[in-house]
Amino acid sequence: MLARIGHIAYNTYREAVRDRVLYNLVFFALLLVGSTPLFGQISIGLERIVLVNLGLTSISIFGTVIAIFIGIGLVSKEIERKTLYTVLSRPVRRWEFLLGKYFGLAGTLAVNTFFMAIGFFAALLYLNHAFGRSDGQLLVAIYFIVLQFLIITAITLLFSSFSSPLLSALFAFALFFIGNFADDLRGLAGILKGTQHWLVMGLSYLVPNFGAMNVISQVAHEQAVSGALVLQNSIYALFYATAALSAAIMIFERRNLK
Amino acid sequence: MNAIEISGLQKSYSVGFFRKTEKVALKDLSLEVHEGEIFGYLGPNGAGKTTTLKLLMGLMFPTRGWAKILGKDIDDPLVRASVGFLPEQPYFYDYLTAAELLEYYAQLSGVPAKERGARARKMLERVGLAGSENTQLRKFSKGMLQRAGIAQAIVHDPKILFLDEPMSGLDPIGRREVRDLIQELHDEGKTIFFSTHILSDAETLCDRVAVLNKGELRGIGVVADLLADSGNKVEVVWQGSAATAAVCALNAECHTTGEIARAIVAKTMLDAAIDAIRRAKGNLISVTPVQTTLEEYFLKRIEQGATAGGNAKADSAVLEVKT
Amino acid sequence: MSQSAIFKKPVMYVASGLLLASMTMATLTAHRLDEMRPQATLMDVIYIQSPRAVKVMSLGYTGLAACVYWTRAVQYFGEKHVLRSKRLDLLPKLLDLTVSLDPHLLPAYEFGAIFLAQKPPEGAGMPDEAVKLVERGIRANPDYWKLYYSLGFIHFIERKDYKAAEKAFDEGSKIPGAHPWMKVMAAAMAARAGDIESARFLWTQIYEGSDDKWIRRNALSRLIALRVDDDVIHLDKMVQGYVKKTGSSPSSWQNLVAMGWLQGAPLDPAGEPYELQPGGRVVVHDISKFPFIEHGIPEGENRSEFIGPAADKVLEKPGIAPK
Repeated sequence: MLARIGHIAYNTYREAVRDRVLYNLVFFALLLVGSTPLFGQISIGLERIVLVNLGLTSISIFGTVIAIFIGIGLVSKEIERKTLYTVLSRPVRRWEFLLGKYFGLAGTLAVNTFFMAIGFFAALLYLNHAFGRSDGQLLVAIYFIVLQFLIITAITLLFSSFSSPLLSALFAFALFFIGNFADDLRGLAGILKGTQHWLVMGLSYLVPNFGAMNVISQVAHEQAVSGALVLQNSIYALFYATAALSAAIMIFERRNLK
Repeated sequence: MNAIEISGLQKSYSVGFFRKTEKVALKDLSLEVHEGEIFGYLGPNGAGKTTTLKLLMGLMFPTRGWAKILGKDIDDPLVRASVGFLPEQPYFYDYLTAAELLEYYAQLSGVPAKERGARARKMLERVGLAGSENTQLRKFSKGMLQRAGIAQAIVHDPKILFLDEPMSGLDPIGRREVRDLIQELHDEGKTIFFSTHILSDAETLCDRVAVLNKGELRGIGVVADLLADSGNKVEVVWQGSAATAAVCALNAECHTTGEIARAIVAKTMLDAAIDAIRRAKGNLISVTPVQTTLEEYFLKRIEQGATAGGNAKADSAVLEVKT
Repeated sequence: MSQSAIFKKPVMYVASGLLLASMTMATLTAHRLDEMRPQATLMDVIYIQSPRAVKVMSLGYTGLAACVYWTRAVQYFGEKHVLRSKRLDLLPKLLDLTVSLDPHLLPAYEFGAIFLAQKPPEGAGMPDEAVKLVERGIRANPDYWKLYYSLGFIHFIERKDYKAAEKAFDEGSKIPGAHPWMKVMAAAMAARAGDIESARFLWTQIYEGSDDKWIRRNALSRLIALRVDDDVIHLDKMVQGYVKKTGSSPSSWQNLVAMGWLQGAPLDPAGEPYELQPGGRVVVHDISKFPFIEHGIPEGENRSEFIGPAADKVLEKPGIAPK
């Protein structure tokens, strides 16, 4: 079982890494990250802030785009191209397939983020000629970005387990967008009354809560991120991704592959 | 033990906007496939062949009924370790090489790590892809993909092969090679269940066939039986034109080419025809039973089913006849 | 296994259990994160200062983004209010972003102006910013008479600029559909008279026109303060009349009762008697119960702008609200 999940994960990773679309995205991200020192020179005295904001934001956005675009190919493309048939006609359980796909993509994203982070830190070194103590906080911000990827990947997998690639991408982007405003939704629910209140409140907990995971501005201003936040965010990502994957498995296990 | 046992298998979908209309894709299918035989699953496009295969592979779930492969319920994923499946017009991971693809599938089927590499190469050679091991699959032609598809179906040395339209997308040479390959696999003792809408393939390869149309089983049996069943005529060939008039008077079709004459007569008239030739001092050359082709049988079965449902012509039109 | 039997597969039980458990845990964690974040992220910073940048980043969904910013403005105000903070520096910027994203979001002008105009801690104490906001709203929504009303209100109550207030009420009254009392207000402003009456009228309109708890509470407190002002002015006049008649100040309410001018000691809206100080000054017994009053403030006390717990008790008294 674990061996099969591992094989599927590795194959997914291998496919993704060889896909040229991925190269393009990583290239653009690296370019953007690498060119941030130039942006820094425009706003005098704010170089580090601009570099951190722009660099981390591009890691986050490019990673999300990669996660969603490759993520939708995970299941729906395999169904469309019938590659899934040759996998599931072997002693592979459907949930093993889904988990393998998930870990494969998570691995791909982790490797990508690693390279983009190296580019980012290189740019930072070029700017400051040395790393300061507060630069450790940047790793925390990157860790939170990876946590977001883990959640987005699970969501993408959930959508592609029952929907077409295009719709899956749309749904996933919409959720990513709303996920950044989940706490504002709760604020909105506070104003509403009755059924609407509960609907909006329920929705705000159903969508991924990314608000607490975005500490880019905070670390750009060299403010410390508390250990408790790191812990709680990790727990949140773990549970949310598990929930999304469980739902994906429940849908996929009973799906007729037409 | 039967290799495949299907009982009362049915699949219906809800279609339409409110999912109110029910469409039956496969209706109450029961059949058995014996171990070691080549079983042809025939029918025009849309007859329910692929649906049956998907149900057997666990890609879809039946509305009713059950099926067993090698005596085990198809839900048991372990059954699929001894099963090879070639989907219709397969398409594979673009960025893998042929060898990587086969190794991946071997891994999933539980082939021991030591054997995988050798097995992958051997299978590629067997399907005529030697030399393309390290080419990425996105560079493969349709025919090459079909061959790679067959290779992946046999890479783990399965006992039963399910092939969905294995000859489609191939040129005449490729078709013959695949036909030979199926025959070889059969000789190795594998059970082969293949679907096709091309009759000549079935006619040359199969021990038994089943005919399917509009989701319903129309006929099943040994190929020879099916044909003999409908063949009550004999062809008589002789030399000497003097007998022609007498033989043709026996309600037969006659052709004359110079001194050689041919007539197709009912079996019951055979003695009378031979007597007539002898009397006219004709020189009898041969007497052979006339076989109906599978195609004729097939068209007949489908028309029988269609008269109830109508639109017989449209159905038979989709049947392809190739040699 | 048929389609319906899949629900009984062990993996379905495990997955549904995991789904429930992990979603519950995720919700609890999200809740905890919300609690943690006021220290962590609700800092006094708006990262994107430029409305244009926010517009671009909202990908055209400016309406939704405006709602988000409006919600943030309300939350920011509410939070500061609870903390009794006297500085609400971000409020004008948040409101600016909100109405830049959606210039037709009327509540942002109407309530935003009230938040901005009032003195801390009930508001941001920025009446000039409030005027700017409402004037911007009028430019974007010239047909909406209530914005003129808000403008006149701020000029009159917070800025004591009767001329500007008159102009605002007058212009608003000319818009089709405007309430007739806009004209009445304009006239009252022109006469520079009936200070208390006009104020009472305005606050009553606000009280009756809103469902918002905070706004109603504030308006009611204002109305009570106006009643106290009215009472004190009236009682002052009586005391002066007594002095004129007898040549000396009354020593207690009993003197005025004896004159037949009062039936007993006069009670304030909280139900406590007004105090008659030596020298004839009329004051309330407990200033903390009556924020916003202009008259009857005891010696050594300051006018309060804060609705504290004592004042809240008065607001809850039955029969205190206007019918």
